[in-house]
Amino acid sequence: MQGGFAPPRGRLDQDSGALDQDSGLDGESGRPCDGQAKRATGPGVIDTLRLTAEQAMGLLERKEASPVELHRAYLDAVAERDSELHSYLRTVDEPEGDGIPIALKDVISTRGVETTAGSRILEGYVPVFDATVAARCKAEGLTLLGKTNTDEFAMGSSTENSAWGPSRNPWDPTRVPGGSGGGSAAAVSAGLAPWALGSDTGGSIKQPAALCGNVGLRPTYGSVSRYGVVAFASSLDQIGPVARNVRDCALLYSIIAGRDPRDATTVELPEPVQLPETDRLGGLRVGVPRQLESLDAIEPGVRAAFEGALERARELGAEVGECDLPLSFEYGMPCYYLVAPAEASSNLARYDGVRYGRRVEGATYREMVERTRDAGFGPEPKRRIMLGTYALSAGYYDAFYGQAQRVRTLLIREHREVLDRFDLIATPTSPTVAFPIGDKAADPLAMYACDLLTIPSCLAGLPGLNVPCGLADGLPVGLQLIGRQFGENTLFRAGHALEQALGFDPVPTRYRE
Amino acid sequence: MAITRDEVLHVARLARLDLRDEEVEQLTRELDAILAAVGKVAELDLAGVPPTSHPLDVVNVWADDKPEPSLSLEDALANAPDADGPLFRVPPTA
Repeated sequence: MQGGFAPPRGRLDQDSGALDQDSGLDGESGRPCDGQAKRATGPGVIDTLRLTAEQAMGLLERKEASPVELHRAYLDAVAERDSELHSYLRTVDEPEGDGIPIALKDVISTRGVETTAGSRILEGYVPVFDATVAARCKAEGLTLLGKTNTDEFAMGSSTENSAWGPSRNPWDPTRVPGGSGGGSAAAVSAGLAPWALGSDTGGSIKQPAALCGNVGLRPTYGSVSRYGVVAFASSLDQIGPVARNVRDCALLYSIIAGRDPRDATTVELPEPVQLPETDRLGGLRVGVPRQLESLDAIEPGVRAAFEGALERARELGAEVGECDLPLSFEYGMPCYYLVAPAEASSNLARYDGVRYGRRVEGATYREMVERTRDAGFGPEPKRRIMLGTYALSAGYYDAFYGQAQRVRTLLIREHREVLDRFDLIATPTSPTVAFPIGDKAADPLAMYACDLLTIPSCLAGLPGLNVPCGLADGLPVGLQLIGRQFGENTLFRAGHALEQALGFDPVPTRYRE
Repeated sequence: MAITRDEVLHVARLARLDLRDEEVEQLTRELDAILAAVGKVAELDLAGVPPTSHPLDVVNVWADDKPEPSLSLEDALANAPDADGPLFRVPPTA
């Protein structure tokens, strides 16, 4: 029986290449992007800023560290750096497994550990069960490090909507880490967790990954169970990995993915997950939407880094061509901001102070429910509940929600046509680099515009991978690769090869010696 | 105006939100702007386009009709704001 690592069950292609467990404190992994040139000082010092999940597993495997020591190393890092970043809402002192640690976004139910979804209405709520993804991590021996900060009910693009205050970007703490999963992204980026799970509805894994310089996967809809995950929009929500590199991301995906009888919207993966190894992209057809050219919202620095990544792709043998997604760019946002709030208004109806969560008393049942909800929800959930309720109400249903559902059909068709001619679609993940905290907080529409590039493929149920591709003004820029349904292996292959070629150092500049 | 104050109050009632006056003001403004933006979907002529409620092609995912253990009473009441024996206590509905 191997040390801290038990091979993931059933969904990892065991022939896809041995885990690289030889690289540890003093090993060579041949991966310049891990920043291994600057190794930790002294024997036995665990450099959480640079350790990948695979390397951490190697430490346990070779008994160079114990699970307790490893867990403690991350908690020490949290003590050192998280009062500034506020990426965690709570941490767990004692590791419960014999594997490496993981951080979970606070929308994921963890038995016995408070889960708030970033909201006061769930303050003090302690789940009596584990979400399926949490249970699968536990079954692999992964130990819970803590719950990471999130925009309230996963609604937001900056983590500023958290009832517990914003998280900060490790590259520049005056700036946002992105959202809604800013906590997970900041934690991984700052070496406060080797990897994490986030959730993505309109880009909440991909966009923080872009802003914090790590790898995030939004999986194909239906590939990962939503059981036990606080629901925002049920036809869009997916749980996915946040990691330091593409291989770690693929490995974590293989642990959580696959059909769950408790979530009828999941299916078995059509093929096992393959850990990527190749550093070439021979013959891969990459489509770049023509519509990007005229998008003023894309900052020049972001555009330059994106073009640079495409150039690398060509050097690696990819065929990069133009594709068309006109409806997606023009109607994707309006469609999403009808569908998602409508589904959210239904999902958030359960928070009524009756069975769990915070309650505000009232003379009547109705008064109690209305006061509880008004006191417990922050402004963004309220906005979306109101928007969604309106869009679903009698007289408006067809013009708003019904129409949005039809637009969604067109977006799906549009993506399918492009992915018939191309293997992947490439765009920048975020139109901008991390923006200052407070910049967009007063303007909901400006905040929504952050998701312009991530939203359309989410509506289409397609997987998307963020790979850091450079810096602009010293801040990370992310490349978004969108694949076919269940095309994660292609995403991993392409992402890994590009990652090797780009050599992006994921350690924030201000933490490097 | 994409939405009026009265409509906001009506929707708040449907959504079971007891909004304070300042909230009603602010939400009316914000929702007005947002609705104007999302109302764009009305531009498209989509007669004959079927609606999508779910992006994955699954039909009739069955489960065996086999009873399995459910939450214990203790677990079910564990987070209750106000429990009375095996019941969740709430104010009267009248």
